[in-house]
Amino acid sequence: MREIVLHLLDLAENSVSAGAGTIRIGICEDLDADRLTVSLADDGCGMDPETVRKVADPFYTGRTTRNVGLGIPLLKEAAETANGGMTIHSQPGAGTTIQVSFQHSHIDRMPLGNLAETFRELSVAHPEVHWIDRYTARKDGAERTFEFDDQPVKEILADVPLTHPDVLAFLRETLEQGLGEAQSILEPASLQEK
Amino acid sequence: MPTVKSLEDLQKIRAEALKKREIKTAPGSIQIVVGMGTPGIAAGARDTLKEILAIIEEKHLTNITVRQTGNIGLDSWEPIVQVIKGADAPVTYGKVNPFAARRIMDEHVQGGKVVAEYVVPA
Repeated sequence: MREIVLHLLDLAENSVSAGAGTIRIGICEDLDADRLTVSLADDGCGMDPETVRKVADPFYTGRTTRNVGLGIPLLKEAAETANGGMTIHSQPGAGTTIQVSFQHSHIDRMPLGNLAETFRELSVAHPEVHWIDRYTARKDGAERTFEFDDQPVKEILADVPLTHPDVLAFLRETLEQGLGEAQSILEPASLQEK
Repeated sequence: MPTVKSLEDLQKIRAEALKKREIKTAPGSIQIVVGMGTPGIAAGARDTLKEILAIIEEKHLTNITVRQTGNIGLDSWEPIVQVIKGADAPVTYGKVNPFAARRIMDEHVQGGKVVAEYVVPA
C-alpha cells in the first residue's frame, strides 16, 4: 500500500469492525514543523493493553475481536522509515485512537493520495457510521482547516441513499473544493491564485 | 461559507429524487458490496470502488447502494465484489479490476446478465 490514504481506508475498516458509531479522522500537513500527521479516533469496542502491544506485531491478528492483520505493522514501519512513528491509545469499551506521523519532507514519506475521494468513499460505503473528517494545512504561520461532518448531510437526505448519483456528485464537489482551498496554502506563493 | 448553500443543494437533490420516485427499498434495488479488508485494499479494491462510484455518477444510476466490507476470506480472489439484485442470490465476483467493474456494472447491474468469467467458483 503505497499511499497514506490506502492505510487510512485500512485503519477505518478496523474501526468499523470494532463496531464504531463515530469515527473522527484528522490529517494535518504542517510544513512549518515539517510533519504530516494522520489520526483516527473511534468509539468502537477498544482493545486491552495486551492487544495494543500486539497489534504492531506482523504475526499477530486479532480476527476474533478486531480485524487487525498486516496493515498496522506495515504502516508503523513506513512511519518510522520517514522519521515518524505511531501511537495507539485504546480502552476496552471506550474506543481506540491511532496517531501516525511522518517527517513531511522525508524522501521516503509515502504520498498522501487523494483525500477527497477517500473521505467520500468512507461516508458512502459505511453510511451507518458518523464520519467527521478534518484536514489542516499549515505554512509560514498561516493555517487553514476544512472539516466535513457527514451527519447533517445524512439528516437532510433521510431515505435518499448517499450512492444517489447527484449526491455522489455533491459530495465530490464539496470535498474537492473544501480540501482544495485548505491545501492551496501549501503551494509555492507563485502558484497561488490570491 | 459554501456550507449553507450546500445543504440547500442537498434538499433540492432529495426533493428531486422523491419526485422521480428514485428511492425505494422495494424489490429491484441493487446492492454492491466491495471487500475492503487489508488484502482487498492491497490488491486494488480502492480503484474498483472508485470506478463503481464513477460509473453510478456518470450514467446516473439510481436505486443502487454501494457498501464496503472487511476481509471475506477469499484473499487470492481480491478485489472481490458482490452484487445482490433484489431477491436474487448474491453473485460473488473475484479479481475485479476497474475494467471488470465496468463490465459488471454494464452487463449485470444494468443489463441483468451475470458476467460469468469473473464469478468466483463456489
